[in-house]
Amino acid sequence: MFNRDRWREIFETIGKNKLRTFLSGFTVALGIFIFIILFGLGNGLKNTFQEFFLDDASNAIFIYPGKTSKPYKGFKANRRIEFKNDDVKEIEENFAFFIEHLTPRIRRSALTKYKNESNTYSTRAVAPGHQFVEKTILMKGRYVNQSDLEEKKKSAVIGRLVAKDLFKGEDPLGKFINIGSIAFKVVGVFQDDGGDNEERYIYIPYTTRQLIEKSNDKVDQIIVTFRKELGHSGALALEKSIKKYLKEKKSIAPSDPNGIYFQNLTDDLKQSQQFAVVLQLIVSFVGLGTLIAGIIGISNIMVFVVKERTKELGIRKALGATPRSVIQMILQESVFITTISGYIGLFLGVLLLENIGLKLEDYFIKNPFIDFGTALAATVVLIIFGAIAGYIPAKRASSIKPIVALRDE
Amino acid sequence: MIKLKDLHKSYKMGASSLHVLKGINLDIKEGELVAIMGSSGSGKSTLLNILGMLDVADEGDYILDDVPIKDLNETKAAKYRNKFLGFVFQSFNLINYKSALENVSLPLYYQGISRKERQELALDYLDRVGLKEWATHLPSELSGGQKQRVAIARAMASRPKVLLADEPTGALDTTTSYEVMDLIQKINEEGKTILVVTHEHDIAQMCKRVVMLKDGVIIEDKKIKQVLASAHV
Repeated sequence: MFNRDRWREIFETIGKNKLRTFLSGFTVALGIFIFIILFGLGNGLKNTFQEFFLDDASNAIFIYPGKTSKPYKGFKANRRIEFKNDDVKEIEENFAFFIEHLTPRIRRSALTKYKNESNTYSTRAVAPGHQFVEKTILMKGRYVNQSDLEEKKKSAVIGRLVAKDLFKGEDPLGKFINIGSIAFKVVGVFQDDGGDNEERYIYIPYTTRQLIEKSNDKVDQIIVTFRKELGHSGALALEKSIKKYLKEKKSIAPSDPNGIYFQNLTDDLKQSQQFAVVLQLIVSFVGLGTLIAGIIGISNIMVFVVKERTKELGIRKALGATPRSVIQMILQESVFITTISGYIGLFLGVLLLENIGLKLEDYFIKNPFIDFGTALAATVVLIIFGAIAGYIPAKRASSIKPIVALRDE
Repeated sequence: MIKLKDLHKSYKMGASSLHVLKGINLDIKEGELVAIMGSSGSGKSTLLNILGMLDVADEGDYILDDVPIKDLNETKAAKYRNKFLGFVFQSFNLINYKSALENVSLPLYYQGISRKERQELALDYLDRVGLKEWATHLPSELSGGQKQRVAIARAMASRPKVLLADEPTGALDTTTSYEVMDLIQKINEEGKTILVVTHEHDIAQMCKRVVMLKDGVIIEDKKIKQVLASAHV
């Protein structure tokens, strides 16, 4: 393998048989190139899909209060249920192990002004955990934080479009806006992949909202995100135990379907994950098909190469080449060529994918990529099969009697 | 140098079998120049293949330089070929993408000789056949006679005990044939044992001994007075 003389012999052979070298190299390079492109585009398709369906945290459970429909423990039916701060706190304490983030949410609408510009926007009064529920991406400044909550600060995090409409290019950070005639200081600007509407929200601390509304402690809804390791069934079980806990606390009949509503995204998550699996299967299938086509291509070339060299191999054998050295020569040459050209195909494929980026977004392909392990594995598979494809005819050629090989013209 | 004792060889052709060599006894001393003659089908090619270890006999002994040649597998045959034998073919069988020098140094490569030494030796042998200036040329740039001379240099380069030439002049015109025979005679004069398979009488007359084969047996084996090829050139 590391015999310098043998390598020199191989380099001479390669250098003097350029067409043959090019043909086998080209087949491998093309095979790897197409594999990477198709696989990468498939991944791009998956990216788009994930963006479409997995914008919000897919592990969220939304809890809304409603009206009871059954009398229970001396309470009449049709009683309105309200969530309070201690409900939030108790859920956080009792289910801490299962929960990643937790936030209340109070939604209001108000005319919002900055200088001469004004518009009506929805505000969502939330806790810091809300950022992870909506997957809010901060462009500038910060999100609502713990000290905002504790000190009930009048801080506002505004959407990209709010900033655009009200500030007209001015830097909004540190400026004051009037939300329903109360001055809030802008502490952050965010964007959201969920679309334009998501970027027209204003987030404020929920404690501030409660202070403004006569210092009450009511919340509209509670959102929790569960730890993803729980899985589908774990999430459903968590929902069930929170439901049981709240119903008991609020004195709602266990059989009452109303009173509290749950929206658990785990079902959506499961569905979209199944879809993602199907997509992955398609991508893998396409990749595998390309790889097989590549293997067939390199096999054909190798059979042709050995056939073409039969006479030369006969001469070499008559001059004292052992069958082993003949096989070794062919294999070493083929592995060398396929490795080099496989690497070239790999490089070019990855280069092209990198350059596509967002250019094909209109065709639902975004940021196509291939993880390097997969690309490398595909290259190695092609090299191994190229070697096997070379070994079989080489083995046969090496065992032909030289006299037969020499007659073969 | 070469001892053949009661050599038999037959080929199976479906149900029937073709008995090609029917008991060959031959004793060739070192330094002999032997022509093996016979019409096609006489078994002379089969005999040469067995001598060249390209084929094995069914029966009988083959002793080459006191080494009994038997139980050959491909690897062993390759080693013996490399050590004992040099081949010259009718169709030259040079590797077409290698220069004259590289062709000559190829058997040395399989002997595991270092590159530098290989090239020196190969150049030396090319010089002996008068083709030193053509060392870097590809076979396609050489004439038929030159190609055969390169092939002879290649066969000699591995310093074999015996040179086997299968119709070495079969593809050459008369003048070139004599040039090649002149070279073969000179190599023989240096003491090398050479076997030439031919069906041309004038070529056979340039050897020192003629063995006639017919239907798988030797019908005539005589020493002759050698005709020097240089007289015709």
